[in-house]
Amino acid sequence: MAVAPRLTATRPGAGVNRALLHPACKPLLFMVLLLPLAWLVWGAATGGLGANPAEALIRSTGDWTLRGLCLTLAITPLRQWTGWTALPRLRRMLGVFTFAYALLHFLGYAWLDMGLVPADIVRDIIKRPFILVGSLALLLMLPLAATSFDRAVRALGGRRWRLLHRAVYLVAVLAIVHFFWLRSGKHDYTEVAVYAAIVAALLGGRVWHRIHSVRPAALPPG
Amino acid sequence: MHYHPDRGFHHPTSSDITRPAAYLNRRAWLQALALGGTGLASWASRDAMAEVKRPGKLAALPATASGLSGARIADKLTAYEYVTGYNNFYEFGTEKSDPAANAGRLKTRPWTVAIEGEVAKPGTWDIEALLKLAPMEDRIYRLRCVEGWSMVIPWVGWSLAELIRRVEPTSKAKYVQFLTLADPAQMPGLRSSVLDWPYAEGLRIDEAMHPLTMMAFGVYGEVLPNQNGAPLRLVVPWKYGFKSGKSIVKIRFVEKQPATSWETVLPQEYGFYSNVNPKVDHPRWSQATERRIGEDGLFAKKRPTLMFNGYEAQVGQLYAGMDLKKFF
Repeated sequence: MAVAPRLTATRPGAGVNRALLHPACKPLLFMVLLLPLAWLVWGAATGGLGANPAEALIRSTGDWTLRGLCLTLAITPLRQWTGWTALPRLRRMLGVFTFAYALLHFLGYAWLDMGLVPADIVRDIIKRPFILVGSLALLLMLPLAATSFDRAVRALGGRRWRLLHRAVYLVAVLAIVHFFWLRSGKHDYTEVAVYAAIVAALLGGRVWHRIHSVRPAALPPG
Repeated sequence: MHYHPDRGFHHPTSSDITRPAAYLNRRAWLQALALGGTGLASWASRDAMAEVKRPGKLAALPATASGLSGARIADKLTAYEYVTGYNNFYEFGTEKSDPAANAGRLKTRPWTVAIEGEVAKPGTWDIEALLKLAPMEDRIYRLRCVEGWSMVIPWVGWSLAELIRRVEPTSKAKYVQFLTLADPAQMPGLRSSVLDWPYAEGLRIDEAMHPLTMMAFGVYGEVLPNQNGAPLRLVVPWKYGFKSGKSIVKIRFVEKQPATSWETVLPQEYGFYSNVNPKVDHPRWSQATERRIGEDGLFAKKRPTLMFNGYEAQVGQLYAGMDLKKFF
């Protein structure tokens, strides 16, 4: 392979790491993660969400929750495979934004579909397993979002905090089940299969890494 | 005043009791009131009476307003843009915007419809002959999708019964099956295995003969856009939208209840009858309410779904004594 000697001299991923450590990196990510919401709010205000804006809002926030989950879960494997050791410093923001989109997704359903009538919402959740599964995933995200602050990490201790935050694996699986169950009414699983494959690869990659890692205790998958 | 010298007292005439000015004024009032009444009535039904404005996109399909009971509801029409841009037509893709994006390739001429099965006069009808088969009628129907949204659409066409009578069903014709076009060269959605193609739908013969069951060739006073099922489609306003097959190529008269596409893939979710019924929920969502496309505000409460989509007076007797929870 013809690789320039200048590049082989530096540590792999050093450039990316420098960019990730740049003070503008986090604010930039913050703005980027706000874009889907901004686009939805703009669309809702200007009639740009098409014939069924309520459906568009609920679907889109659900889609972004799934994407957020995939991105958050991709941090650890990416770090392991690329040597971008500064990547995990972005994970918290990704996770919190994912939770925010999940919350908006639920709020959209509760408000636009159920008219914010608590009795109707409870009855609907109990009656429809796919909504029950989605609500369960959201409930599981609640303690993770609540312990996303530095103080919470300190209070819990790193080990217990990491253990708690492994609940995100279950959240991802529940989210896929929720999506699959919804789409079974349309008998169309193409999109579901894409997300399921990504989540399976990200979770499977962790298992693979754990088995093949030389010193698994030194690098617990996070 | 009339004076009768032999009687000795006065007989008043009606004009003596009521001054001419008073009764003339009263007549004017009554006339105004009557006029106001008709005005009010026409204002109340302004949407139904309003001339459906042609969007000017496709060829005109002249028709006269249908006089049939239930054929001209007074709800506000759903915008043409939504009627033709938000469609379920899986042959062109499963997203609502797919049909409008992909149906442009569909060739609607030449087009024939084969009539088969239990009829005295089977055969193939050309689209031009079907267009002239009966006088075209403007009808305004509600359309309720099984997914929980609804529209109000001005269709152009005639009662399917017109065609059925001409092909003379035999006594064995208990059901009618409708098969729609499945041409992979024109329909990219056929690559997916979401449904078994061709799309098949069916009705009981009495449902098919009901005058509200319509063969539609146009919408908004113009020929159907491809994404809405050109050149001809079924419209059964009291059933969920998927019962109304688009781009029909074959009509079969059969003795046994025919297989329908959605019932075949998901029998626990979509039944043969699929009458709009707020009391029978879909397993994954409620059917008690609906969202009217383009009309209800984002935060407006969804409107209640009507039994048989509001056509109970016209079609309720078709299902007298039937357990509609069992035959959903």
